[in-house]
Amino acid sequence: MKARRILAAAAAAALCFTALTACGQTGGTPSSGGNGGKKGLIKVGIINNDPNESGYRTANVNDLQNTFTEANGFDAQFKYSLKNDEQIDFAQKFIQDDVDYLLLSAADMAGWDGVLQDAKKQGVKVILFDRTIDASPDLYEASIVSDMPKEGETAVEWLKGQNLDKYEIIHLQGVMGSAAQEGRSGALNNVASELGWTIVTQQTAEWSAEKAQQIVQSVIDSNKSFNVIYAENDDMAKGAVAALDKANISHGVGKDVIIMGFDCNKWALKELLNQNWNYDGQCNPFQSSYIKDVITKLENGETLAQKTIIMDEKGFDAATITQADVDQYGIGQG
Amino acid sequence: MTIKAAPAKSSSFLSGLLRHQMIIPIAALLILALFNLIADPSFFRITLGYNSAGNPVLSGYPITIIDYGSELAILAIGMTLVTAASGGQDISVGAALAISGSVMLRILCGTNTSPAELQAPVIVAFLIACVVSMIFGAFNGSLVAFFRIQPMVATLILFTAGRSIAAWINNNELPIVNDVSFTYYGGYLPGIPVPTPFFIAIICFIVTWALLKFTNLGLYVQSVGINEKTSRLNGLNPELIKLLTYVLLGLCVAVAGFIKVSRLSTINYSVIAKDIEMDAILAVALGGNALSGGKFNMSASVLGAYVIQFLTTTLYKFNVQSDALSAYKAVVVILLVVLSAPVVREKLSALLKKLRPAKQAQQSV
Repeated sequence: MKARRILAAAAAAALCFTALTACGQTGGTPSSGGNGGKKGLIKVGIINNDPNESGYRTANVNDLQNTFTEANGFDAQFKYSLKNDEQIDFAQKFIQDDVDYLLLSAADMAGWDGVLQDAKKQGVKVILFDRTIDASPDLYEASIVSDMPKEGETAVEWLKGQNLDKYEIIHLQGVMGSAAQEGRSGALNNVASELGWTIVTQQTAEWSAEKAQQIVQSVIDSNKSFNVIYAENDDMAKGAVAALDKANISHGVGKDVIIMGFDCNKWALKELLNQNWNYDGQCNPFQSSYIKDVITKLENGETLAQKTIIMDEKGFDAATITQADVDQYGIGQG
Repeated sequence: MTIKAAPAKSSSFLSGLLRHQMIIPIAALLILALFNLIADPSFFRITLGYNSAGNPVLSGYPITIIDYGSELAILAIGMTLVTAASGGQDISVGAALAISGSVMLRILCGTNTSPAELQAPVIVAFLIACVVSMIFGAFNGSLVAFFRIQPMVATLILFTAGRSIAAWINNNELPIVNDVSFTYYGGYLPGIPVPTPFFIAIICFIVTWALLKFTNLGLYVQSVGINEKTSRLNGLNPELIKLLTYVLLGLCVAVAGFIKVSRLSTINYSVIAKDIEMDAILAVALGGNALSGGKFNMSASVLGAYVIQFLTTTLYKFNVQSDALSAYKAVVVILLVVLSAPVVREKLSALLKKLRPAKQAQQSV
């Protein structure tokens, strides 16, 4: 009886939520683009994930809504869902409505072949943003994505540039296997083994501030020395800083420990501005200008140089960040 | 005469001790302590230092254990009562904790997500969060008591929906409290070097102890858990008692949530207190309490909670991947379940009986 109850409990735990990862994945191969279009208002159907999914998504949705307005020459409709089948339904409706462009951030990679083939038959041009799908590149015009390994490389390059006497790093990873984790971990692992940096601890805190706090607390309790915290998102960096504050270990610009985070939440950039953190890497949610660019080119009958477009992503240094950066690039409020 | 009586008495004392519920968590604690002592005695070193606010703080692994184990100990109190009365467990405590934390921050921050000053006194926010959390507890409780749904199924509803509700309360924004005084409850009170969560856990334990000592709550809960029909025949209202235990668990959840949000002065709905329900249930099981309800021992559950944190901290110390922690806890669950299975118990007691005559024979020689 007892055993059965515990088993049932374990099964229920397996239903637990998976943590949110901010960005999508890269993929797709380059090939030629489409051409031609109508004049007047351009009819656009936008299918996105739920704006409440994360701060990243909220910023992403706001950015799209501010760009695809009537003033800018667009007749845009927005649909949101975290479920793939609902998104496919929306796509079919948009195709029936005969939109000119279908913009898509797919919930799942699979299952899009059929509906995209319909779109092609109807002459609806498809542009993927943020996330790629498992479908033939012929079925879409362009794919606008983040490059996670590059985000990691930019951050590690910055760290290399600090020219520290020694590198003793606490590496807090995201949920293992997510695109963001793999990209950001891979960059650090490569350079660390190449230059002989010491990784004091490499642990997944699963994007959670609480777990990060406990992991860093454990390193502090063990009296191991460290001078860099490389956290793969802002939340984990925050948890690490809470543990450091408890132990009176100074952190930030010109202090004992360098704090690095990712995602550029507004509150995190403020920590940079206050010199409490050192670095924050961007995961760019602002795809609309790239999409608009692509649409303009297609409307003018130009061909795209490449199908997969990787966005510029910045890394902010506490030494050079300004209030304007915080306002412009910070995600969410606070 | 007296010489003959002495060994018999001591052996009955020993077997009495072995049968006592506290033996399971204490044995687990001793095993862990011994392991750490052999592997690295510095595990037990405690140092007095200062935190960045200039207040004296104790630090070291033992302090980390009593600090981070406190939320779990508080949840274990409520979970023990729920288990004893309804013969099932509430798996929604993590989600409910997210809700109560979210309510608290909503009141402290108002409509601004990061106000410079608190918009309401901490105590007001705490009390409102308690009430909200108890209402959600009552929701679970009434499903179990009046609609007779299996506790695990009934609480699955809130388990699934809770974190979304928590996000909705704050319009999916992540409020941040900037007032330093809010961090005291999950950190250190100025001038006191022992972490505050430990004090809060002790207060909760004393209040519960007094409640069980000076009221009939403990007796009623156990009798409902052992046999609902006979307790009804004896004039108890089993539905009400069950409901009451879920409401009390709701209160425990609010207190634990208060500590959790105070630790970081913010909340992340999807990951706060993730999987804590499993740890709370494990604490009850580790305390030797029957998960099918009935008799319970509160102290054993609370000790069980700290033992789980002891295990977690030990694993972190040895750099075990944190996503593998649950696998180690699963080993503990398997051991507990196997040891408490009737077949194994019979075999063990038979083995003990075999050993005992040999011992007595030796002593008489």
